[in-house]
Amino acid sequence: MSRAFVPLVLIAMVLFASAPLVVANAPFEQTMGLVQKIFYYHVPSAMLMFVSALVCGIASAVYLFRRSAEADRVAVAAGELVVLFGLIVLVTGPLWARKAWGVWWEWDARLTSSLLLWMMFVAYLLVRRFGGPGSEKLAGAMALFGMANVPFVYVSVNYWRTLHPKTSVVMTLAPGMRGAFWFCVAAFAILYVLLLTLRKRLEDRRATVEQLYLAVGE
Amino acid sequence: MKQFLRVAWVVMRKDLTVEMRSREIVYTTVFFAASCVLVFAFALVREGRPLEDASAGILWISIAFAGTLGLGRTFERERHTETLRALMLAPSDRPAIYVGKLLGILVLMAVVEAVLVPMVGLLFHAPIFARPHWLAALLAAGTLGFASVGTLFAAMLVRARSRDVLLPVLLYPITIPVIIAGVRGTAAIFQATPDEPMARFWVALLVFFDAVFVTLSLWTFEPLMTE
Amino acid sequence: MVFDFDRLVVDDVSRHFGRRRALSRVSLTCGAGTILGLLGPNGAGKSTLLAILSTLIAPTSGQVRYGALDARSAGPMLRGRLGLLGHDLYLYPELTARENLEFFARLYGLDHPRERVDRALAHAGLDDRADDAVSGFSRGMRQRLALERALLHGPRLLLLDEPFTGLDDASGHALVSRLRGLRGEGAMIIAATHDLDLAEGLLDEVAILREGRLLAVPRSSGPLRERYRETITAAASVPAAAAGREERAR
Repeated sequence: MSRAFVPLVLIAMVLFASAPLVVANAPFEQTMGLVQKIFYYHVPSAMLMFVSALVCGIASAVYLFRRSAEADRVAVAAGELVVLFGLIVLVTGPLWARKAWGVWWEWDARLTSSLLLWMMFVAYLLVRRFGGPGSEKLAGAMALFGMANVPFVYVSVNYWRTLHPKTSVVMTLAPGMRGAFWFCVAAFAILYVLLLTLRKRLEDRRATVEQLYLAVGE
Repeated sequence: MKQFLRVAWVVMRKDLTVEMRSREIVYTTVFFAASCVLVFAFALVREGRPLEDASAGILWISIAFAGTLGLGRTFERERHTETLRALMLAPSDRPAIYVGKLLGILVLMAVVEAVLVPMVGLLFHAPIFARPHWLAALLAAGTLGFASVGTLFAAMLVRARSRDVLLPVLLYPITIPVIIAGVRGTAAIFQATPDEPMARFWVALLVFFDAVFVTLSLWTFEPLMTE
Repeated sequence: MVFDFDRLVVDDVSRHFGRRRALSRVSLTCGAGTILGLLGPNGAGKSTLLAILSTLIAPTSGQVRYGALDARSAGPMLRGRLGLLGHDLYLYPELTARENLEFFARLYGLDHPRERVDRALAHAGLDDRADDAVSGFSRGMRQRLALERALLHGPRLLLLDEPFTGLDDASGHALVSRLRGLRGEGAMIIAATHDLDLAEGLLDEVAILREGRLLAVPRSSGPLRERYRETITAAASVPAAAAGREERAR
């Protein structure tokens, strides 16, 4: 990973530097105008939030069942990124929704599920911080259960609103937009990988420091 | 398998015996649940009268709050005497201990619900006898879902700091589908013309949830409880 | 199939809690029919070692072998051969003495639970208080009951954490003869204790812990108390020497 790190940072920098240009050059959407362009940041963030939740859940399972300390370090990195990208989603979403639907919040299945997933991982971080010794295992269970819970949350919230008209968030992508969209997805994906690696490395260093502290006593 | 069930049964019987000596948890939890119902009845008001459509929601919120309280108190008792460690020392499959504890919690919650449902029926004129088997199915499946995750989390929080606040912090997000399913299903039953297909859908969702999360809990109990 | 073992091997076991080192590379062995005393100042790691031996905690490095198997491979059956009398007595205060013992007998799946419980109550001298709630018992009575609970299933390895606490003179001596009897039946007994007078003459072997480390015990034949003091004071001068080495190395 270390050898690919610097090139990836450079690529990410280039992508993000040119992203505004790419987004500006994408076709203008008729109904919503400029605000629609939030979509280019909002959706990749949402995708990565879910991916990160999956990574955290799987890493937690490995930590719980294989007692792998490294898996726990991946899990905490991924958990923090869920909260980070989730924050981006939950801030950009209402900004867009205000223009598109006229309200800041809608109890749409996707939004609500995202909010709940975000809250589950905020709980994950709270447990790690305030649970005292052995809280990594508790948090791991929370991540695992949270990940398993996602389909249930989605289905139940979806059908919770049967008495109300369903509003859909998905828009069909006009051909000109597709290029810009996938460009942004690529940029965010690389950013995600970089952040995950950096955060895990921080945890690795912390673990090494702990081991050194213990070794001093020998 | 027989040993598994025997251990679970012995643990449950012990829990119920201990509880019956003082009945402290039962009395306080039931009273707390009843207070919840009243608080919500006074809070959710329209035209000077409690909101009758809110009866399903109030029922399930009270069950969730009372359940959290009961879980906390039950495991606090084990923590006080460190007896959870003694249970872990037994030469049995550890998940059997989890099942025993879960059964005890289910009995406690059944008692709470036996008081809450008539109370809600009385105060909100809710038709609790309209489709009693659907209502019972919703309560059973929903309580099992809530209690299965709750027992696991409460057990693993026994040795943690800030355990009182962490239990709801962890439990409520995970059990939101249970609450949604319970409330929507119960509301469907409480309608003027009960909507049975709707209730069936929600019961099915709850049963599926129970299957997944009881299994997950059984798998993770041992790794979580060993230091 | 009953699992049994006649040799306990603690191999280079360490355990830390965060940055606190509780045990540091402890190795010892214990054979059947032996009483091993675990001595040391408070905070030396005795309770941690007992918890590891009872499989409640896993070591962070090193291994404990019961016969040929370690805790993981031996599985739940191993716990049926272990008995632990911990600091906290693991008794339910709301239940009576009889109910406590019966619960554990049923939990362990023992045959003839009633007879075993009656015998245990007799050993503990609690026949007349058998149907009273444990919450009304004195510390000494609870200690005796907890010991019987640990012995109910006839364990091969008996782990005792401060077993003489709260016992009066008579009970203390009764416990000593009880342990001697168990040793004669082939049990392995590891007892952590501060009560050096009662332990005198009871212990076959001695392991002294200090700050998580096992100290070398001088082979002098003096009373236990003397040997203990010697070992501890000898060890107290060692950290100073080690610190001196670090200074020179820098």
